[in-house]
Order: sequence, then structure tokens, then C-alpha cells
Amino acid sequence: MPSIAAAVLEIKQLDELARCDSPIHRLDARAKVLVAIIFCGTVMSFGTHDLSALLPFFIFPAVMIARSNLPPLFILKKMAFLCPFVFIVALFNPALDRTIVVHLGSVGISGGWMSFFSIVVRFFLTAGTALVLVGVTGFVAICQALEQMGVPQVFAAQLLFLYRYIFVLAEEGKRMSSARELRAYGSAGLGIASFSPMIGYLLLRTWSRAERIHMAMRARGFDGAFQAPATSHFGKAEMMHLIGWTMLFAFMRAENMSRLLGTLILGSLS
Amino acid sequence: MSHHVVEARNLRHVYADGTVALDGVSFRITHGESVGIIGANGAGKSTLLQHLNGHLSATDGEVRIGDIPVVKGTLREIRRSVGMVFQDADDQLFMPTVRDDVAFGPRNLGIPPHDVETCVADALEQVGAAHLCDRPPYRLSGGEKKRVAIATVLSMTPDILVMDEPTSGLDPHARRQLIAILKNFQHTKIIASHDLDMILEVCSRIVILSDGSVMADGEPGHIFNNSELLAECRLEMPLSMQGCPICSRPA
Repeated sequence: MPSIAAAVLEIKQLDELARCDSPIHRLDARAKVLVAIIFCGTVMSFGTHDLSALLPFFIFPAVMIARSNLPPLFILKKMAFLCPFVFIVALFNPALDRTIVVHLGSVGISGGWMSFFSIVVRFFLTAGTALVLVGVTGFVAICQALEQMGVPQVFAAQLLFLYRYIFVLAEEGKRMSSARELRAYGSAGLGIASFSPMIGYLLLRTWSRAERIHMAMRARGFDGAFQAPATSHFGKAEMMHLIGWTMLFAFMRAENMSRLLGTLILGSLS
Repeated sequence: MSHHVVEARNLRHVYADGTVALDGVSFRITHGESVGIIGANGAGKSTLLQHLNGHLSATDGEVRIGDIPVVKGTLREIRRSVGMVFQDADDQLFMPTVRDDVAFGPRNLGIPPHDVETCVADALEQVGAAHLCDRPPYRLSGGEKKRVAIATVLSMTPDILVMDEPTSGLDPHARRQLIAILKNFQHTKIIASHDLDMILEVCSRIVILSDGSVMADGEPGHIFNNSELLAECRLEMPLSMQGCPICSRPA
């Protein structure tokens, strides 16, 4: 558990990255959130076997990372941490769908494997974009942008609390797990017998800490709405960011860029 | 009318499990006073502090800040007037940067953005933390966190400062810095702590709680010299008033 908690806590660094300066960082949060939503919507709209059409979409997170100077390795590491969860979700597809749908030379690839890779690619695209979005915007600014765009205040506040309390949970979990391991003497005390009550106690501790945090917020006049100054506005740069990417996503949705590129290359070679 | 006056009248608090945390607590703290609330663990200190800005509602009796009773309808005004610094600074700091955290309260009060900047700068200046304004709170040391937590409250320009264990977990240097800061504040101060030496330095009046009741209320010199009273309340004389443990020379 300490490694999971440590990985969760490291996500906080994304908020630090959001304070850097770059053309992407300077854009109004609403433009970045809108483009990310359109991107994820487009990626999710593909069929389960449309693998090749998804690959060109990597251009979006790649360009965002390059233009905002985010550390690509850091983003990749965070995604790698989530990989096991995705593999578990997609694990049974190859076993359930064995129909051959594509031939790579003499090797037949089943629909199950296609959907497996499709899920993995979609995960990398959407999770990567979400991490990049937090890294270039900051979570608080994202919630404020959602609120400005008409998302109910309660929902935006809940999202922010969720983000805050994930770290509270991770911190409490890390402390409890360390305390358990230090007195486990090898594997003797690490079994399910001590794990189950620990999870229950973790919930109660997190609950109690979350209450104290909420109390501290109320003490400073918090009434459910996050007040923030309007530091940027939706101008020409934001409009270009939104329209440019939306048009590219629409084009990549309508045309299979991988196939188009392959045809072009093969055509020029022949 | 002064918002600097804090008055508890027969305050009683009973938790849902039947525990009587406060049992008829009464006191009146006037403008500019610096009052230490001391007592053993479970004496009711934290419960009492939570009543002062309306986190808890009295089972019986009442708390008044100036002429305003602490009730649901007055909480906004009360919380503007009573600044509360929590024991664990991590509970108080949650925004991405120190600047945002210190600005959180003033923004909630509806202060215009330009004035918020001034409030933030002033508050950080008062606690000697102006250089930390762009740092993320979770990267600060314990002493820095504590000073920033106090700044988050000062930025709301409260009339009364309520602090729960302000020196807990601090190293001697950070503790000394904090005591110097607290001594400089002109606010009405109410400080709950087990750090009796700090209380002796900062406070001009002491209230001892024991089992939810006020056992003594008076000047530190008088109270800390009453060994019987201190022993009865599971307390002892501050170290600085005790004799030297090596040569037995009196303090």
C-alpha cells in the first residue's frame, strides 16, 4: 500500500507543473477543458475493433506535452501505475471473442485481442489527456472552468473535494500501512486478518480527518462555492485552440489517418 | 459594541454517546486579553474552542461574541470575527499554493480581488512567510506550515484569534519564532495548549478546565504557583518556573 499511496501523492506534483508558464498554460482553462472533453468523446466514439484509427490521436497529448514543456516521463510513469487496472478490465476480451478479424501476414488476430488493445490505447489516450490537462491547468482551475461552463456548483465542489480527499485517504493509508508493516515481523502480520479491520479503520480515520478539513474550510467562510478571481478570458488564442483541435479531431474521426498515410506511402513507393 | 469580547454562559455540551464534554463553563474574555486554556487530555479544551466559532452547538447555555450569540444564523459574522487555527496545519492548508490558501478566506468574504492581494501580503508579512507565497503548502516544513496556517486566518482580519495547540510538533527554533509572533499580535487571543511555558510567556490570564468544568481562572503567576490545584487537574508547573533539575537551584 505505501507504493500505491506514494504514487497517488506524487500526482500532487501535477498541480505544481500547472504553475509553469507556456503558451498552453496561459490559455483559459475553459478552452483546455472543452478540447479535452471533445477529444475524449471522439476517442470513445470509435468501435471496439477500430484500433488503427485511434493511433493518430496520440498527436494531441504529444503536442500538448511538447508545447507546455511537461516532463513526458513523469506522465508516462503515472499512466504505467494505472496500467494493471486497465489490463484487469480488458483481460477477458481475448478469451471471450476468438473470431479472427485481421490478418498480419500469416498471423490472425482475434476480435478479442483487437478490443483488448483498443481498450488499452483508449486508456492511454484519455488518461494521458486527463493528466496533461491537470498538468497544464491545475485541478482547482479545472473545477472553476467547469462551474463557469454551467456545471452545477455542487458538482464542481464535489469534484474538488474528491480530489482533496483522495490525498487524505492516501496519506492516512500510507501511515497505517507503514505502522502495520513495521510490526508485522516478516509476513506473519500481513495477512487478511489484519488487513480487513485496517481498511475499516482507515475509512473512519479518513472520515474524521475529512471532517476536520471541512471544519477548517467553514471557519474561513466556505459555503460550498469556490471563489476565484477571473485571471484569464476566452479570447482569440482560446478560440483558435478550440476550433483547430476540434476540426482535427473531426477529420481524424471521419478518415482513418493511419490507413490514409499507409495508402499514400505505398502509392508513392509503387 | 465590541466584537473582541467572548463570553460563555453556563456552556454545556454532551456528545451523542452521552459524554459530557463541557459542564456549565462560564467566563468573559475582554478586548485584547490573551487567555490560555489549559487542562489534561479530555478536559474539554478542544470542545470549548469548537464552540467559539460555531462548529459545535451548545446542548445548554450559550456563547456570545460581542453582542452576537453564536447560533446558526450568525455563523458568517462570527467566523469573520473569530479566526480559528487548528492543531494540525495540514487540516487547514489544502490549496495548490500558499498564496491561494491565504486568499481562500478573504475571497469567501467577498473582498475585491485587489484587496485580497493586499490581505494576503499583509498576513504573510505578519508571520514572516512572505517568501513562501508561491510554494505548495505540502512542501513546507512544520514550522512554516504553522505560520502559514496562522496567516490563512489573519488574512480575514479577525478580531479574535483562537488557537489549538499552536506549538505542537515544532522544533525549539520554530516554537520560539511562533511565540514571538503571537506576542506581537494585538488581537484578543485564546490559546489551548499543553505547552505551559508558552502559555506563561504569551498569556496574561489562564483558565483551567477539568472534566468539562472551569477549575480556576486567573493570573498565570497565581495559578502556576498553586501546586495542589495543578496536581488535582493533572498539570504541573511550567518548566521555566521549576528549579534546575541538575543543581536544584530554584527558578
